Amino acid sequence: MWFLCYFLHRLLDYRIPEVESLARLFLGEKVDLKWRQSPYHHPDSPFYFIDLPSEDIARKIASRSVLLKGIFEVWGEGRTYEELRVSIEACPEEKKAPYLTPDSTFKIVVDTFGKILSLDEQTERIHSMSYIPFLGVVKLKCPEHKFWLIETDGNDLNNGLPPADNMSILFAREIGVSDRKVVVKYELSRRNYLGPTAMDAEVALLMANQALAKPGNLVYDPFVGTGSILVAAAHFGAMTMGADIDIRVIRDGKGPDKNVWSNFKQYDLTPPIGLIRADNNVPPWRSNLSEVFDAIICDPPYGVRAGGRKSGGRKLLQGTRDPYKIDEDRRKDHIPSTAPYTLAECVHDLLDLAARLLVIGGRLVFFYPAPRDECGEEYFPKHPCFTLIANSEQILSTRYSRCLLTMEKTGKYTDELAAESKRIHQEFKDNHAEMLQESRENGSLHHIVFSPSSETKLNGTEARPRYRGKYV
Amino acid sequence: MRLLTHNMLSCNIKGVTKGFPLSIEVQKLDTKETDFNPDFLRNIIPKLEWKAFHDAAVSVGLNDIPEQVDPVMLEYTEFLQKFHHALLEVHLEEGALICPETGRRFPVTKGVPNMLLLEDEV
Repeated sequence: MWFLCYFLHRLLDYRIPEVESLARLFLGEKVDLKWRQSPYHHPDSPFYFIDLPSEDIARKIASRSVLLKGIFEVWGEGRTYEELRVSIEACPEEKKAPYLTPDSTFKIVVDTFGKILSLDEQTERIHSMSYIPFLGVVKLKCPEHKFWLIETDGNDLNNGLPPADNMSILFAREIGVSDRKVVVKYELSRRNYLGPTAMDAEVALLMANQALAKPGNLVYDPFVGTGSILVAAAHFGAMTMGADIDIRVIRDGKGPDKNVWSNFKQYDLTPPIGLIRADNNVPPWRSNLSEVFDAIICDPPYGVRAGGRKSGGRKLLQGTRDPYKIDEDRRKDHIPSTAPYTLAECVHDLLDLAARLLVIGGRLVFFYPAPRDECGEEYFPKHPCFTLIANSEQILSTRYSRCLLTMEKTGKYTDELAAESKRIHQEFKDNHAEMLQESRENGSLHHIVFSPSSETKLNGTEARPRYRGKYV
Repeated sequence: MRLLTHNMLSCNIKGVTKGFPLSIEVQKLDTKETDFNPDFLRNIIPKLEWKAFHDAAVSVGLNDIPEQVDPVMLEYTEFLQKFHHALLEVHLEEGALICPETGRRFPVTKGVPNMLLLEDEV
């Protein structure tokens, strides 16, 4: 059955992967979903058609989605109201009749994309639909059936919206709508305890959707911070666990009522099963621990807004200081020094950990930063245990983006892979100084983001495209 | 720290080969109510080191966890509830985890085990 997905016009790259992930979640198995667009629509258009096995699945997807406005059954589509009428009349009777019965209640919602209609214009449009034989009673509050009349802007002055060749009008029956109140509920501005890089609520919910978080699951975040990603996973009923190298963030917070635990209490969510202070570079898991997490979701520190740290003194790893022993009497209160954790090493550790600790079919969802022109599959980290399911780019500045990578564990973590990973781990350790040097020089992300621009300034608004695609 | 976490952790000091299970030094115990989810419990059982779990339960004063687990037990709600309590509700608030090989003490404060190593242990 074909359904219309009407998306919100934001985070464009994230929209289709989210629906696909939710379909996977509710169908319980992998299916190749078919998508199509009406011929005169831009790829960034908010209207997509998807083939789903049932209305029930469509409703479930819509209600859990963050980026859908709703899912609909289309009765007619056209570029003018005349075309729409022809299309609705051609729509098979058996599809329409059950929703037009005399004992039913209904209402028509007028929705626009890229334009505004006054109340009078809306009423006029509703009345113009009277050729549909509605026999039921109009009820504005909680009607049994809702019909949407969706009109898009036809002119080519696309004020920030996808260019359209023509106006398009759709008439559709509502199957399910998304609950955006959830996003408002978890907004960071209302969060009790925040850190400088707390994950935005909407994106955190999206990440939890990509990770297929559900009751009975165990979700882990190795860079937990204030717990903003785990809050989203817990919202969908998953059990959570987190680790961080900074003990103050996870243990102390900003007092007894302002810490990671209170962030869960605030929303009446199950608090994390465990918070551990640990270094992802030397993780404290027992050696035979495997396939325990259903998903790993994280936003690794990649050195643009916050740099990662790992165990071992900076000078020690650089080789400018000899290995030393800490005196017995000082061991108790000693604060171990840390060294910068390069992105390459961090990503290697993350993939290795995930390959070992995720169940088969479990998902690893994380942000990977890249310069704007390196956001393709060929630049992303790879691992023999993982298959890339989706990559969604979010443009952060003219220089760099972050891509949300969704990977599924499809291969077993073998002894050979473990040995290979150990070798690479040692290599990173041995070449720490060089790696660090390299990451400071040209070509590193930090350099790309912060070096002074050599380009001449764009004059005025002329050079700026009117429609900015992924920026929205 | 719950016993589930304890069951996953080991001492990762360089050169240590038998860093599991860590013994538990109890200073303060707490009970934190957690939603009972039988599916989660059934899911997690095969992933546990049961002997270590049993011993850890004993060390926090829970003597009703059987020494060996049998899949048949998963059908009994009574067992599942006891298991749930031991695995997810008993919480070590203050204390330490001690490495069986080196005797290194990993402190647990405010329920958070500090597994970070010192410079000469990495």
